[in-house]
Amino acid sequence: MAGGYVLADSAPGAGFDWSFFWHYLFAPSSTFLDGLWRTVYISVVAQLLGVVLGFLIALAQRSRHTPLRWAGAGYVWLLRGTPLLVQLVLVYNGLAAAGVYRFNDVRVAGVIVLGVVQAAVLTLALNEGAYMAEIFRAALDAIDPGQAEAAHALGMTPAKTMRVVLLPQALRIIVPPLGNEFNLMMKSTSLLSVIGLQEMFLTAQSINSATFKTFEIFLVAACYYLALTTVWSFVQKFIERRLADPGRAAPATPSFRHRLTGGARGERGVLSTGDIR
Amino acid sequence: MQDKPGLEQGTAATESAGPATVMSAREVIKHFGGTRVLNGVSIEVGVGEVVVMVGPSGSGKTTFLRCVNHLERIDGGEILVHGLPVGYRRGAGRLGKLVEDRPKAVAERRRNIGFVFQRFNLFPHLTALDNVAVAPAKVLGVPKADAREQAQALLKRVGLADKASSRPSALSGGQQQRVAIARALAMKPELMLFDEPTSALDPEMVGEVIAVMKELVEDGMTMIVVTHEMGFARSAADRLVMFDQGVILEEGPPEQLMTDPGHERTRTFLRRIIEHV
Repeated sequence: MAGGYVLADSAPGAGFDWSFFWHYLFAPSSTFLDGLWRTVYISVVAQLLGVVLGFLIALAQRSRHTPLRWAGAGYVWLLRGTPLLVQLVLVYNGLAAAGVYRFNDVRVAGVIVLGVVQAAVLTLALNEGAYMAEIFRAALDAIDPGQAEAAHALGMTPAKTMRVVLLPQALRIIVPPLGNEFNLMMKSTSLLSVIGLQEMFLTAQSINSATFKTFEIFLVAACYYLALTTVWSFVQKFIERRLADPGRAAPATPSFRHRLTGGARGERGVLSTGDIR
Repeated sequence: MQDKPGLEQGTAATESAGPATVMSAREVIKHFGGTRVLNGVSIEVGVGEVVVMVGPSGSGKTTFLRCVNHLERIDGGEILVHGLPVGYRRGAGRLGKLVEDRPKAVAERRRNIGFVFQRFNLFPHLTALDNVAVAPAKVLGVPKADAREQAQALLKRVGLADKASSRPSALSGGQQQRVAIARALAMKPELMLFDEPTSALDPEMVGEVIAVMKELVEDGMTMIVVTHEMGFARSAADRLVMFDQGVILEEGPPEQLMTDPGHERTRTFLRRIIEHV
């Protein structure tokens, strides 16, 4: 009745339609697959941009120029202090309504990029940049100051010190929380439904309003989100192994179950002690 | 050994830096917050000279050493290496007040000053060979193969030819410090600074590091060594310098300071560390 309008549509007492569920799970419609594909590529692009942006902001926060440090701190404060949902609506709907900027479809290398996709990737990347900046900052702070001193004493400039000595060591520390971030990113894309981007969640919602199979279709969506994050957890493990120090006995590798459930891994932006070596 | 032009003028800390002077410090002052850790230190070190600095903890010897290659800023006086300030340049105006140099210029000045740290500060993500090869390759632009070849020769010189592919984490403290010495030598420095190079080592490893340092002395390297290894001071140093409360209390030939010092504090301090060892 007056409850959540999304879920109130189901016919009461209809039971669980198994054949509908299996059908959509193993032979999803092309619309659903399109939604899944958007979820994937928007997550990947936004995460990549967010990592680059986060590194630049972390550099600004470590600068010897005070205004740059303030700008970096202000950015993190602003972007972490407001909800992603609000940022999305402000960037896509707010800017257009105020006549500041309207995201129009553009053609890049023969492919049409929807205005809403541009707004989505931009906002997700800007938001992610703030969290990644904190992760980079924590990782760089975790490196023994003697490392930078040794590099300086050998005649390396600050830029070279970062590239040759600090960044390679920071990357090892960053991978576990980065994995966390990308996991969250894939799930955060479901928020893009509010600006009308046909990603996986909004697609499921449309199917729901046409079929009233509420439980079934959202359970299918949940299964696909779970599949995405599971595949990613294996990719992450692969990266961690590649970056591991072969000279050091491998730290107790988290069990498969631990990886699936996240175990005692730190929250967003916080490195749990297990992540720092 | 070779003749040492700096020796005669050393005790007087003369104003003019002769061509044979590698390092000259004049009235160096350094504060940490409200505490004055260096209170007017003046000293000259000539080509090929080996100077050992001793003194109670907090007397300023390590701070002074770190000021020589600008790991610490100084608040007064000046330190010249090869007649030029490190980390500072003459500002505009005829009197030319010293102002801090740009990071790039500082890095350039540090290239021919080697620094060996108490805690080694080897780069954990690189093999022993690459620890030694990295600075020539990345700072001087030596082709990677040549840099590695030189590095291999330096590892051989410190007796670690067979450890080239080991990571620092797989080496003992004494081996790590020897790699660190090779790393500093790779830049072909004309002045080597040692900051308590054996005090983080287990007693049985002190000898191997001291042996490498003695070889450097025999090769005619100019060295400033902060250490309490009185055996090294007695056999290898040209001059022993006693720091106390931020000033040089006295200096002279090691044997003379050990047997007939001018100050009672020197006598009690040296007796304490000699008996302790």
